[in-house]
Amino acid sequence: MQALVIVAHGSHLNPGASEPTHAHADTIRDAGAFDEVREAFWKEEPHFREVIRTVEADEVFVVPLFISEGYFTEEVIPRELRLEDWDPERWDSDGTSASEATLEATDVGKTVHYCGPVGTHDAMADVIVRRAESVTGDPDVGEGFALAVVGHGTERNENSAKAIEYHATRIRERGRFDEVVSLFMDEQPEVDDVTDHVETEDVVVVPLFVADGYHTQEDIPEDVGLTDDFRTGWDVPGEVDGKRIWYTGAVGTEPLTAEVVLERAADAGADVGDAIERVRLETGQQTTAVTSD
Amino acid sequence: MSEETPATAVEALCERVERAGHVALDGLRVEKRADGYALETPAEGADGLDEEGLSAALAEVPAYVTNWHYWHRVGGVGTARRAFLRWCEHAPLEGDADNPGETLAPPSRYEALTDGLEREWGQLAITSRLAGETGERVYEVRHVDDAETAVGDLERLDGPRAARDLTTEDDRGRYRPLKTAPTLVSGWVLPHLSGSDLLETVEFVYPATVANWHRERGGDLDVDHWLETAHRQSGIYDVVDELPREAVEWMADACCVDSQCLRRREWHYEEDDHLSVPGGDGVFPCREPCSLVIAAARKWAILESEREQTWTVELTLSEKNQLEALLEAVADGRVDEIREADLNDGANRYRARYLRAKRAAEGSLFDETGDEDGA
Repeated sequence: MQALVIVAHGSHLNPGASEPTHAHADTIRDAGAFDEVREAFWKEEPHFREVIRTVEADEVFVVPLFISEGYFTEEVIPRELRLEDWDPERWDSDGTSASEATLEATDVGKTVHYCGPVGTHDAMADVIVRRAESVTGDPDVGEGFALAVVGHGTERNENSAKAIEYHATRIRERGRFDEVVSLFMDEQPEVDDVTDHVETEDVVVVPLFVADGYHTQEDIPEDVGLTDDFRTGWDVPGEVDGKRIWYTGAVGTEPLTAEVVLERAADAGADVGDAIERVRLETGQQTTAVTSD
Repeated sequence: MSEETPATAVEALCERVERAGHVALDGLRVEKRADGYALETPAEGADGLDEEGLSAALAEVPAYVTNWHYWHRVGGVGTARRAFLRWCEHAPLEGDADNPGETLAPPSRYEALTDGLEREWGQLAITSRLAGETGERVYEVRHVDDAETAVGDLERLDGPRAARDLTTEDDRGRYRPLKTAPTLVSGWVLPHLSGSDLLETVEFVYPATVANWHRERGGDLDVDHWLETAHRQSGIYDVVDELPREAVEWMADACCVDSQCLRRREWHYEEDDHLSVPGGDGVFPCREPCSLVIAAARKWAILESEREQTWTVELTLSEKNQLEALLEAVADGRVDEIREADLNDGANRYRARYLRAKRAAEGSLFDETGDEDGA
């Protein structure tokens, strides 16, 4: 038996914070690749602390639905899961390359394959592109468009910016979009100046966040100039400085994110059969609402 | 429901005896011996049976046979899942063989299961029923407040995921950050659940409660007390271990009593230093301070670091009583129940606005005294 546990931040205040986690878990449940699938949270229940005991499988794949490596993936999650002998060195990561470490959860005596975060997996680049397709309604979007990948950015954790740069570079190398830029909320180059950083008339703005919340539904739309007051909403596309801004909201709400969760588990040795292909196909048929309300 | 008849249950049981040498469950024991098969129930027994004789004898005790067959299909001996399903229908639990307590053996349990056997798990009322004569069980879940409501008057939910959705908000549409708060909405029913759907439902509504209840029953609930939990915190929660001992009492009184959370608090300040606040009567245990308590503790740890001061305030006796009534009303979550024109209630909005207009028009109700040390 094998179990999948998706660990995410969750929120005491915002019910939307855990919605993508539940949605991706349901997608994976329906794909039937794991005997058991659980969601666990830092701020909701089940807590990281008590999730592993809720599964019967002896082999548990833990995938953090986090954007980058850092405090949560390196310190909080392993501590709360009681992963014996954990050390960030076990990932041997350059900041975006964590893949897997095999450890034991001491309260239950189960084998835990602790995976790198969803946000830094190569397949996340596909989700960013899928998000651009969703928001424009054009499966071939690219020509004549710029793509701006937006991160929180923080001086406290340089890996946060690394993850953004990593995907931006990979998408740029594909040559699909006229331009690909990485922008940040609290460091240079800033998302406030998005129209200064691109030449094209159309620009898709994709925030690399797990869930919609304060940052993606309040800060960024106002910073970009899509609206003066987030409460009044904004248009998609919206007009800013003579350019059309296609603002997608959090990338983690894109159904294809479920595939990245599966990729992480498969990289760690989980037998997921053809679930990755099936999730890719099925999520391609789902349309996501990319609106401000 | 399956097409199965008791005959297939007899067949399955015989096969199992062939393979394992014996089966034993809930008073039924069938054994393969050198001189043939032996069958035993609390009421009767036979031995030296050939295969045909065994089949015939088993057909005489359908409740025992179909009961065995159902639990054989549930499987998972020793797991929380099996223990919970058995607890739901008041069946003896593994490890309870010598102390059946108020549990029921198959014939009388079957009689009760026809009408439905009930259990309460937090605010969930769970009914186990027999589905036909094959021993199959179906489970129904609804809110305990709806126990007497006709099923047709309740909103029929479509499976466990719908149950998860209804845990998100309380009946006033406010987000419920604590799944075990006694604020689960009522008015719905999940009828005809399988055992695994029941467990998934309970896991969504009250996550990890079954696992911890099972560990507690087995005597291995790993309780983490306040100090060890607080010491473990890092980042912005690093400060919580500075919360004074007495403040931990006030915190447990504020957050963890039955009126606020349905888990039964088993953690204390330290293993040898118990809190005086009651842990509650919940059926499932709380094994460590939850994330909401930790977040609240952070707030109080910071607030408790402030120095105390002496304030002066001019109030009539009724105004002083009114302040106390306001505090009580907010603390008891009673504010929304106070009628618009109930001016006898000190926490009435007009009364509060009047007090503010009269006593706090300049900003604060209180004046700081000249005593800098706050004596």
